[in-house]
This record gives sequence, structure tokens and C-alpha cells, in this order.
Amino acid sequence: MTTIDTGEIEQFLTTMARQLEDYLVERGFGDPGIIGIHSGGVWIAQALHRALALESPLGELNIAFYRDDFSRIGMHPRVTPTNLPFEVEGRHIILVDDVLYTGRTIRAAMNEIFDYGRPASIGLAVLIDRPDARELPIQADVTGKSLHLQPNEHVKLHGPEPLALEITTTNDG
Amino acid sequence: MTADNIQLDDQGRLKHFLSTEGLSRQLLTEILDYAESFAGVSGRAVKKVPLLRGRTIVNLFFEASTRTRTTFELAAKRLSADVLNLNVDASATSKGESLQDTLHNLEAMHCDMFIVRHNNSGAAHFIARQVAPGVAVINAGDGRHAHPTQAMLDVFTIRRHKPDFESLKVAIVGDIMHSRVARSEIHALKGLGVNDVRVIAPRTLLPAAIETLGVQVHDRLEEGIDGVDVVMMLRLQRERMHGALLPSENEFFNTYGLTEKKLRAAKADAIVMHPGPINRGVEIDSRVADGNRSVILQQVSHGIAIRMAVMAMTMGRKPGGEEAEE
Amino acid sequence: MKLLIKNARLLDPATETDKKGSLAVAKGRIVAMGRKPNDFTPDKEIDAAGRWACPGIIDLGARFREPGLEHKAAIAGEARAAAAGGITTVCYPPDTDPVIDTSAVVELIHRRADASGRIRIHPIAALTRGLAGEYLAEMAELKEAGCVAAGNAGRPIVNTQILRRALEYAASVGLPVFIQPEDSFLRNNGVAHEGAMSTRLGLPPIAETAETVALQQALLLVEQTGVRAHFCRLSTARSAAMIGAAKKSGLPVTADAAVANLFLTDMDIDGYNTDCHLIPPLRGQADRDALLRGVADGTIDAVCSDHQPHDFDAKAAPFSLSEPGASTLEVLLPLMLERVQRKAMTPLQMLRCLTAAPAAVIGLESGTLRKDANADIIIVDPDRSWTVDREAMLSSGRNTPFHGWEMSGRVTHTILGGRLVFEG
Repeated sequence: MTTIDTGEIEQFLTTMARQLEDYLVERGFGDPGIIGIHSGGVWIAQALHRALALESPLGELNIAFYRDDFSRIGMHPRVTPTNLPFEVEGRHIILVDDVLYTGRTIRAAMNEIFDYGRPASIGLAVLIDRPDARELPIQADVTGKSLHLQPNEHVKLHGPEPLALEITTTNDG
Repeated sequence: MTADNIQLDDQGRLKHFLSTEGLSRQLLTEILDYAESFAGVSGRAVKKVPLLRGRTIVNLFFEASTRTRTTFELAAKRLSADVLNLNVDASATSKGESLQDTLHNLEAMHCDMFIVRHNNSGAAHFIARQVAPGVAVINAGDGRHAHPTQAMLDVFTIRRHKPDFESLKVAIVGDIMHSRVARSEIHALKGLGVNDVRVIAPRTLLPAAIETLGVQVHDRLEEGIDGVDVVMMLRLQRERMHGALLPSENEFFNTYGLTEKKLRAAKADAIVMHPGPINRGVEIDSRVADGNRSVILQQVSHGIAIRMAVMAMTMGRKPGGEEAEE
Repeated sequence: MKLLIKNARLLDPATETDKKGSLAVAKGRIVAMGRKPNDFTPDKEIDAAGRWACPGIIDLGARFREPGLEHKAAIAGEARAAAAGGITTVCYPPDTDPVIDTSAVVELIHRRADASGRIRIHPIAALTRGLAGEYLAEMAELKEAGCVAAGNAGRPIVNTQILRRALEYAASVGLPVFIQPEDSFLRNNGVAHEGAMSTRLGLPPIAETAETVALQQALLLVEQTGVRAHFCRLSTARSAAMIGAAKKSGLPVTADAAVANLFLTDMDIDGYNTDCHLIPPLRGQADRDALLRGVADGTIDAVCSDHQPHDFDAKAAPFSLSEPGASTLEVLLPLMLERVQRKAMTPLQMLRCLTAAPAAVIGLESGTLRKDANADIIIVDPDRSWTVDREAMLSSGRNTPFHGWEMSGRVTHTILGGRLVFEG
């Protein structure tokens, strides 16, 4: 097991903030709606929100009801509900998550966002991207750090204070 | 004390929801927690989540009930399932033939879940034993045996007002003998750690050996609701005057009807509940039913969240159980 | 055919015989019990070493469903099951379809029994026409046709005046009456014993008083009319006590209990087990224990199977919608053997309830191994263990509450009128 400590994570967050700023300026998106995916994405979104001194309140998305593996694994009973304190309709959304892996979480998140309204656009910001593991045609617009890991390695974000990334190895795939 | 609990699979997860009896505190709490999650869905503009998309849920009602059926239908639709409503006349054919044949026909159509209401105790158990593996059965009320979703939405309501189950005193008043709600309520409350549960009724409306379910028995209302946190009134059906169970609704109201005056015996912040539909002036005074201690309307709205919860729990249970993928 | 059963433990309650010996049979009768006569040359010999030789069982209540309910069972098939269970004589309750209220039905039953060649059936006449509790049945004609008693087959005669007259008339005709006591108002469409179990399962209850009130009523009418009365299928401790008191006061009454009520209680209906849906219902532990004591001390004279075979659909329904009754011919003796194994009863005591006592109730001369009696004999291996398997039952009714039970004791030979009708 390896840990990536807060110091390094700070660097990734700085990279993300810079990239996000460029992303928004290039497109002229003045007032984006930032939505963090529970729970790791919310912590990252909060960090970005602070870093960019954004005014609009943060949204928090829980994709528990939109997962595609519900029949296989069911649900966790304690689910902090989704809270989107702004209008999705016609808004430029920045979706934030901690780890982009297969892409299924993002697909579920997008489906859920569309149930709230029709956004003008959705951009994706992730702390860690594992590009080798993608199973759907989804890519990040903002990436803190790209990691190339083995299939039997898993990365998990712990938080909210202090933020730490844990990479574990399992015996099976 | 029950025979092997057919509601649970070999990993202790809910595969049918037939009764609150014999369920662990952990499982009962899980149902309440799931319901909390689903409660939010009904408040959104898009009141649906895709959890049970593509599944077919059949409302198999052998006993008419618009209210219960509608709540189950709404719950199923909010989970994006397809719903089939079947109202079968239980008396139409002889002795359970309709039950067997109806089931076999429906099975041939590959339905995923049956929600069953029947006037015979044990009907839901019977159906659960007949269905193919993987098909879930939810009991929407069987005879006088159980109405588990009602009991769960009631304890859900209680938890929102008074979350410390261990310290609660709960009184259930009325026709206990014929009440499936009362029985399910008692099992759920005891299962969640409520030690002090009272049943209050005239002797003619108390079933034999009810104290073996772990309740105190009272035949005087004021005595029974003395110091309680929750007063639950049960509906009294007109038929009870026949069969010499009660002389009149009037006398019942005078002795057991909940009025503001009688309610003073309970705690100052006690809540008043009723599974509905209410018989105003029979078991409860209008002023109490509509008063500020009454949580009756909340009970109704909680019904959908609880039903969504048990539907999701019984269906999201295929073999595997691997970790979630990101 | 001349038959010799040798080396058996001869058990005959009627003659208080419990000794090693042999039985010689010729022309359908017992020729000698004990020592083989010197001039007896048997055509067939059965070596019953290590086994018992007893009179064939007389079952005071078994339903074979003919006429009228042939989709459940028929005489030929059930006779085979009875023979395997060591039952050679059966009393047939009158609730066939049509009811046993005409001699034609009696004749039909006799014909079918003879055709099976494996069982003696003694029909019980209906007390009232159609068992409807209104008009008297033609009991004299039915007695003439061969009925050994008149009864209500578990359908209460609600009108007490009519009940009184029916008892009087039966007494006048010289028929004993079989009464299964039930007050239909207190019964109140119940399906399970009124107690913790029925409350938990939400099943309509049957109060104890549904039986005891009717029993008390009937006892007083029996006293008044002087009829000889046999009370069937008692299920409560209180009923056993009432019979004991009645006997003590000199009333000529007898009683039986169904074997299921001696071995099961209302706990067994848990999980809505319809195989345990019985009428009278399985009652509490105290009731079961009192019935067992009553059987052991003779207060309850006989034990019967109360055999009620059912088709699959009859039991494949929610509890209250299922039909009551259990298929018990094949377990009657093995269950009662358990009482002997537990040393709660001696072999003679146990066999009395199944042979001599029921014979006395209906006035039969059989049920004994004494010289000149009908050669209705069973050979029992008391040590053979087996497990009750629903699928292996001979009865058409697979509705057994005893599936999976380990039994010790099995009939190896059944002889009816000197003919071997079962060998297992």
C-alpha cells in the first residue's frame, strides 16, 4: 500500500485550479455551476471553490440511485441526498470527482443531472485520472494527475481533513 | 420463534418483505435509513430514479384498497419500474385455486415482484413459497396477520420525532384482535428496542395471549396512555357491532375514543398517530386528528418512501456483492 | 389356508396375554394361541422371532373418501395403506357424498371393501338426514344394513332438542352414538387453537370451550336419554377430565383421541403449515400431555388415526383456505410405539387403545387373539427404524404432518381373516 500525502495532493489541486481557470476563460463561462460527486468529489469541489473564489453555491450529487450495478451490489442505506442549490437548466456545469476510472460514475452523474434540467454544457474535473481503465467514452477536461496503475491496484481518496490518497493492491483483478 | 425466516436469504438480506416479526434491529434500521434516502426523491421536480428500470412489479390485490395500492404504484413508478395492477376477487373461485392459477400465469410473464394484499392470514407467506427464485413478494396486508410496510412507515414517523427508541412508551388503542397493523407495529417496535408497548382495548377486542408478544395489556384508556410518547389509534370497523364485540360506536368513543381531554394523560409532547382511514368521532375526535400533535398526514407521505425502500432492498440483491466500481 | 405364526411375542390386551408362543390360523379364524396344536400342519409358516404378534388394529375413525370425493382417495388405495399400517378394521364416518343415510351407500362401501380384500369397513350411520341436523336418518334400516353406530361426523347438531331426539332414537334402535363435540357458535369459523400461536399468526381462533361446552351439553343429554355414547376426537385437557368425571359417576361413555393430537401441538402450525391444519385443532402442550395421560390410564379408551387424505390443492392454499385433516394410517401404530419405547405405556396398554378398547366401543368380537376370533393379526417389528417420507406413502393423501419423523417400529405382516394382505 502506498499513500500520496497532502503535500502532493495540494500540488494536484493547484494544477486543477489552473486548468479549470483556463477552461472557463477560454469558453467565456462566467458563472459555472460546480457539482461535486459524493463523497470524494465534494471535497475536491470545495477545494476548487475556495481556490477560484467562486460565488455560486456548490452542488452535491449522490449517484446511488443511478448506478448501473444496482442489481449486483444493491445500495448503501445511509445516503446523503443530492443537493443542487441552483437551476441546472441552461447552466454551464463543472462536474467534479476524485478518481476517474471506468467512467460509469460520470455517466450516472450525467444522467442524474439531466433529470434536474438541460444544462448548457458539462465539463469534467478530476483529481486523479486512470486513463488505462476506461470502459466508456468519457474524458476529463481538467486533471490533477494521471496515474497508470495495474488492474489489481485501487486508489481511494480519504478526507476531508487531511486529504490523502491511498493506493492498495488486491489479489484478484 | 418463527419457522426459518423465509424473508431472508442466506446472507441475511431481505428477499421478501412479509412481516416485521423476527427481523433484527439492524435490518429494521436499514429499512428506515433507506427510506430517508428515498424521502428526498419525492420532493424533486423529477420524482423518479432509475433504480428499478425495466423491472415489472405486479400489484396483486385480492382485497380492494385504493389507498394502499396507489402508494405502492407510486413507489414503484418513482423507482422507474413498470407496474401491473390486478384486482382479483378472492371469493370468485373456490379455495385458493385462483391464487395458484393466477400466480402461475403471472410467472409465465416473468414478473419480478408481487405486492400482495389478501384477506387471509398467511397468504403472502404462501405466495412467497410458490414463486420462482429471484421473484420478490411484498406483503401489503394479509388477513389479520401483518401489514409490515404500514408498521415501518409508522416507526419511520416516530423516529423523525422521537429517535430514541429505547426510552419510548408507545400505546396502541382499538381493535387489536382484528388488526394486522397492530401486530406488525408491535413486532417492529420491539425489534427496534422499544421496551414499553401497551395495547388498550375492551376484552372483546383483545386476542388471546397477546401479552406473549411482549406488550402490557390495558382495558382502560387513561391508564394505558399515562405518560406515553406515542398514541396510535386503530380504525374500528362497523362490522364489530355484529358478532357482539361492541355495543355501539358511541360507547366505544366514550370509553376509548381519543379526545383532547383524554390525551392529557399522555406526555405533553406526545404524538398522535393513525394508520387511516380515520373514523372521526369513533376512535378519534376531529380536533385531535387535525390538532398539532397529530402526525397522521406525515404518516401518509412517509408511506411512499418506505415502500420504495423495501422494493429497492428486495430487488437489489442478486448474487455477487462485489465492491462498487468507480 | 392353514397358517402358523411361530416364535412371536404374543400380545393380546383382551386376554391380558403377553408371552412367547405361536398362533395357529385355519379357515379364517384363530385356532390356537400359545402352543401349536400337535395335529396342526400349516400350509404356510411365518417365523416371527424378535417380533410381536397382535390383533389387527381397529381404527374408529378413518375416511377413505368413497363415495363422493374420489379425487382425494378411494377405498382400494387406502385399504392398501391401512394394511401396511397394520389396520384391519376401520369405522367410516358418515360424511361421504352422498352421506351414509341410506342403505345403498352402506352396501356400496361394503362392496368396495370386499373388493379390496384388505380391510373390514364398518360404516357409521348419520344421525340426521344429510347430516343437516334437522330430520332423523333411518337408523333402523341403517343398522340392518350393517352400521355399527350413528354419528354426526363433526357436523354439530345445533338444535339441542333435535340432538336429544336423535340420541333417544339411536338408543331406541340400539345403536351407540359417535359424537364429535363442537359448539358451532363458539367455533365461530376458527381454524386454529385459541392461544399465542393463533394470535401471532393472525388465524381465526377456536376456543377450548367450543369443544367443552358441547361436550358438557352432550353428556347431560346422554345421561337423560340413556344412549351409549362414544365421544370422538377429544382435543382438550378439560374434555379428558370431563370424561373421567362422567365415567366415575357411572355414565356409560367412551372416548377417543386422534393420534395427531397426542403428538403435535399448536406450535406445529408455525409458518402456516397446512399439513397441521386439523379439526379439532392441535392444542397446547398441556392439552396434549393430558390426552396422553388419559390414554395411558384408560380415561380415553381408544386412539384412532382420524385419517383424512387430501389432494394436493386442498393443502396448497393459505391456512384458513386449506382443508383440514391429515393422512395418518401409516403412522398410527409407529407413533403409539413411541409411547412404549418411552416407557409411558406397556405394550399391552398401548395395544388396548388400538384393539380391545375400540372393539368394545362398537361391540365387535374381534380385536383379540383368543381362540375362534377372526384371524385379523399383525406382526410388528418394534425395532425397525424408518423415516416418514411423504413421497413413499401408500395413501393417496400425502398430507402428513410427520414428514421426516424418525420412527421405530413397523408392521411386517398383516393378516385379514387368515389371508396375508400385507408383507413388508
